[in-house]
Amino acid sequence: MIELSDLTKRFDDFTAVDRVTLSVAPGEILALLGPNGAGKTTTVRMLAAILPPTAGQAFVAGYSVTEHSREVRRRVGLLTEHPGLYLRMRGGEYLDFFGRLLSLDADERERRARELLARFGMSEAWDKRLGTYSKGMRQKMALIRAMLHDPTVLLLDEPTSAMDPHSAKLVRDAILGLRHHRRSIVICTHNLAEAESLADRIAIIRRGKIIASGTSAELKTQLLGPSLMELRLDRPPDGVVKLISDLVEIEEQGQNWVRYSAADFQETNPRLLQLLATHGVGVVTLGETPRSLEDVYLQVVEGE
Amino acid sequence: MVAISERVRGEPIRLVLALVEREIRDTLRDWRMVVPIVILTLFFPALMSFVADMALDWVARYGAPIVGERMIPFLLMVVGFFPISFSLVIALETFVGEKERRSLEPLLSTPLTDAQLYLGKTLAAMIPPLLAAYLGIAVYLIGLYFIKGWTPSLTLITLMVVLTTVEGLVMVSGAVVVSSQTTSVRAANLLASFIIIPMALLVQVEALIMFWADYGVLWWIVLFLLVVDVILIRMGIHLFNREALLGREIDELNLAFVWRTFRKHLGWGDWFSEPAVQETPIGLHWLKVAGGLYGRDIPIILSRSRLAIGVVVIGLVFSALVGFFLAERYPLPPQVLQLDQVSEETFTDLPSMDWFPSFSPWGVLKQNVRSLLAAALLAVFSFGTLAITLLMAPLAIIFFFVTQVAHLGYNPLLFFAAFVLPHGLLELPAATIATALAVRMGAAFMSPAQGMTVGEGWLRAVADFAKVFVVLIVPLLALAAVIEIYVTPVVVIWAFGG
Repeated sequence: MIELSDLTKRFDDFTAVDRVTLSVAPGEILALLGPNGAGKTTTVRMLAAILPPTAGQAFVAGYSVTEHSREVRRRVGLLTEHPGLYLRMRGGEYLDFFGRLLSLDADERERRARELLARFGMSEAWDKRLGTYSKGMRQKMALIRAMLHDPTVLLLDEPTSAMDPHSAKLVRDAILGLRHHRRSIVICTHNLAEAESLADRIAIIRRGKIIASGTSAELKTQLLGPSLMELRLDRPPDGVVKLISDLVEIEEQGQNWVRYSAADFQETNPRLLQLLATHGVGVVTLGETPRSLEDVYLQVVEGE
Repeated sequence: MVAISERVRGEPIRLVLALVEREIRDTLRDWRMVVPIVILTLFFPALMSFVADMALDWVARYGAPIVGERMIPFLLMVVGFFPISFSLVIALETFVGEKERRSLEPLLSTPLTDAQLYLGKTLAAMIPPLLAAYLGIAVYLIGLYFIKGWTPSLTLITLMVVLTTVEGLVMVSGAVVVSSQTTSVRAANLLASFIIIPMALLVQVEALIMFWADYGVLWWIVLFLLVVDVILIRMGIHLFNREALLGREIDELNLAFVWRTFRKHLGWGDWFSEPAVQETPIGLHWLKVAGGLYGRDIPIILSRSRLAIGVVVIGLVFSALVGFFLAERYPLPPQVLQLDQVSEETFTDLPSMDWFPSFSPWGVLKQNVRSLLAAALLAVFSFGTLAITLLMAPLAIIFFFVTQVAHLGYNPLLFFAAFVLPHGLLELPAATIATALAVRMGAAFMSPAQGMTVGEGWLRAVADFAKVFVVLIVPLLALAAVIEIYVTPVVVIWAFGG
């Protein structure tokens, strides 16, 4: 659904996007992470056929962004970094205007607009001027605008910024709903938790280049090493370490805890618990050491 | 995906209309736009009707009714012009205003084409002020009809409506160009003086013509404005660039970039570092450099300029025809041109006329170089048109005299061959080429070179002009000046002298 091959964008001497290659399948969500000015928005603008690439190719919904830019724009829903609404217009009027530009029939325009407003809890906003909307409502209205023609590809730049937690959840649910309808979605975000919860794959971009990509788990393993188990005990671990060191690799230890790695936790953990029980060692908790996407992100970005 | 009625008949126009409708609705929702338009549409024309009536009575008391008679049509023009001045304000913020409000990107992400966007924005800026202008004219005329019983001729009404429309279009198309090329509304407003000042001067000229009451001349102004409209619209469409609109945040004058780009297109460094030059003995470097310049660089530039050269040649042919027709219309008395009395003194006495250069090769060369450089400078500010006009003027004069000479019984071909050809063989091609390169400098703003920004295209045109001017035009003009001083007079005296 989205195919990028060596996509490059240069502005005079500055390379904003440098030979980016990636793909997003139907029903897949890709999160594009990166610091400000990394090239996320430029990439999205090229995918939305607003900016022409300097080199490389991009196919969106089966069309080349350079040769069939208009066809691409028909099939893409773009949520821009700033909502960019016409503040003197009313909600219904605004959506009707964009529906017309997207060549939707009059009935279809109204049906879709009302349906989406209702889904995002904004039915009462139909007759209100956009200038009277709160920040969150403006963001939702911009998202509705992007979804109005039920596009096959959605490009969302900070979809939940400025939203209260309830609205953000509505938006996240909507995005997940679109995934079930086999839409290809690219999300640019700084919200790492959101990226982790929504995205099937994550690509980290810096200085215009993709410097890491994969699923959240793959990135963690790739960048932070294999996952660790944390064992909390009812006593200091000194004697226990000696007891379990034949079974697992001890990585760290504290006042009453031990972190270890093993080739296969499925096999090792039951044996370990049995061993500790046999020796009368009380186990308070046993679980995987929490490792966030933030750790991965910082590791990658700072490591560059 | 929701069924999109793709490629339905009339879709392009429907999209434009959707845009126009939205923009107009937006304009009419802003009371700061509506109130002045209403005042200028209803109150001001009504007031002008009373003013015209009172002025008519007042000047009649002093035996100058003609002033009042001329004032009525003049005010007709004024009531039409005032509301369209608002089109400038609306048009100036079309693109840059949306950019500042961050609403441009969503609009650019729709299937609208560049032409649809441009057309929609232009129409939206034009329609409300233009309707207000027509309404203002109607209110003024109705008022005058009831107060004074005055009705204009159909020609005058048509002229005023057409004049108002083309003036509005000039302001809007110019303002849309400014709006699409700036990064802030403030900058757009500042640059608007390039539209306001010429328009203000034009209105003053129109006012003079209206008091002179030769309304037919105004049709020439309409024609002129239509040409300007075409140039500005073409320029607007060519310069419209989504990337520049979205990407450019600040307009910084980067002198280093300007110098680097100019040098790159001048090819300065390359001339001496080429292997062919390096392999030649040091003393003969200049020979290879000259070979490269005249054998390769200049032909490439001339080939690049062939369209501009063609345009200049057409202009010259036209100016010859103008000279011919003027001579037919205004024949000179025989005593003015007595060619059989031409002598050496005829030429040496020429500098006694203030405007004539000193009769020396250096004086003629200086005069020609100065004129062509002035033409190049004017070309930059006039999309190249003034450069052609400056070259057309002397040629029109030459052909005016060639025709006059024929009327007086002399051989026009011999006149041309004796007075013009000896030095003209070099001077005319040099002036044509220099003017064509100047035209390119002006036209670069209208139609940037492929794959280049406006700035880069312009710098290449300037570099081409500089290079050709120094290595080709000046030597040709110098040679022509020597011939003009030492050869042409001899030929003329031989052909005509007593």
